[in-house]
Amino acid sequence: MIAIKNVSKWYGEFKVLAGCTTQIEKGEVVVVCGPSGSGKSTLIKCVNGLEPFQEGEILVDGISVGGRKTDLPKLRSRVGMVFQHFELFPHMKVLENLTLAQVKVLGRTPEAAIEKGLRLLERVDLSAHKDKFPGNLSGGQQQRVAIARALCMDPIAMLFDEPTSALDPEMINEVLDVMVELAQEGMTMMVVTHEMGFARKVAHRVIFMDSGRIVEDAPKEEFFGTPRSERAQLFLSKILQH
Amino acid sequence: MFTGFDFDVIARSLPYLSQGMLFSLGLTVLSMIGGIVLGTVLALMRLAPFRVLHLPASGYVNLLRSTPLILVIFWFYFLVPLAMKRLSGDAYATGIGPFYSALIAFTLFEAAYYCEIIRAGIQSVPRGQVHAAFALGLTYGQAMRRVILPQAFRNMVPILLTQGIILFQDTSLVYVVGLTDFMGAASKIAQRDGRLVEMYLFAALIYFILCFLASYVVKRLQLRYSVGR
Repeated sequence: MIAIKNVSKWYGEFKVLAGCTTQIEKGEVVVVCGPSGSGKSTLIKCVNGLEPFQEGEILVDGISVGGRKTDLPKLRSRVGMVFQHFELFPHMKVLENLTLAQVKVLGRTPEAAIEKGLRLLERVDLSAHKDKFPGNLSGGQQQRVAIARALCMDPIAMLFDEPTSALDPEMINEVLDVMVELAQEGMTMMVVTHEMGFARKVAHRVIFMDSGRIVEDAPKEEFFGTPRSERAQLFLSKILQH
Repeated sequence: MFTGFDFDVIARSLPYLSQGMLFSLGLTVLSMIGGIVLGTVLALMRLAPFRVLHLPASGYVNLLRSTPLILVIFWFYFLVPLAMKRLSGDAYATGIGPFYSALIAFTLFEAAYYCEIIRAGIQSVPRGQVHAAFALGLTYGQAMRRVILPQAFRNMVPILLTQGIILFQDTSLVYVVGLTDFMGAASKIAQRDGRLVEMYLFAALIYFILCFLASYVVKRLQLRYSVGR
């Protein structure tokens, strides 16, 4: 579904991604972790072309993201993305956030878009908040709306960029629950997160990144058993001791 | 203290003065609208990653911001008729009329200032919003129109209006090319009737009241718009 081949990226002289290669199959849930500054957010943003890269190739459903002839908006509309800071549109009501792209990008009728939006709001248990502005919701609620907004587009895969890092501890679970459900339904997911509980529960594979490189790319059992690289062992021991 | 002054001159010339005021307000509102529209285009050009777009826009903005307004008014008042004669080959071609030449001068001049305000406003919208819009598949134009500009303008309303108040005061400069705006009307009556003190005091008072009230409204708006998000 998603093939990342030898991708490198520079910010001026600084190399943020160094020859990253991996694959995500249909229905697979892959967790990307690593210390901050290791390039994991940059990598996930390369997958739907939000960040350009200079070398290598990324294929999403067979279409090259960096290709000259690629209709990037169209490709992006097929891949859902959820951000660390939610990024709901603050000047629109919750329901409008959900319908905007359905109408403007997919060309659905407003009625169909509203129906779909309501159905997904129901699913994340927020129907009562459809006419509120995002600013009036809690962080966890906003992130659930953001997930519903992405799902409205019927995506073939979902990208999560640290979806729980900006949340208060008591709100993390309500968001993770939605993500677990999604994973169990067979959604193809690439998730940048430090939530190892989530990884243990639903991930098929775990990728560990450090200084722009994919250091470890292993099935979950293997990764949590004994990571091959010392760097990953050290990282795991630091985040799992609490 | 005011013996020897004739404040009655104000009452007698009210119709003429209010015509001047209409001119001033019309010029202000129209050049504000024109300036904001052109300024938005310039701001988008300045923010574009392509040199062909942002170099001309930067050049334009820097040139006009380093030029006194009064010069721009003169240029348009005196050069446009000359240019029209040259272009049309008609020796008797006149310009486009004093109102329109003033309107164009103010629009072009204000656009440079509005451009910078709008550019800052667009940059004040978090980058994540652009990413979120793009990630949903919106094109650049859709993202700007639906997501970025509405937020940017909401943040900018107070500054845009404050710039409008400054513009309203600046429209008084058109009296140098003989146009009868409020200031022009007051000054003509002052000189005709020899009532300089009365008329200039009155003009100052009116400008003060209008601008002060407008500033007050802007301040209230600022309070209202600063909440949210």
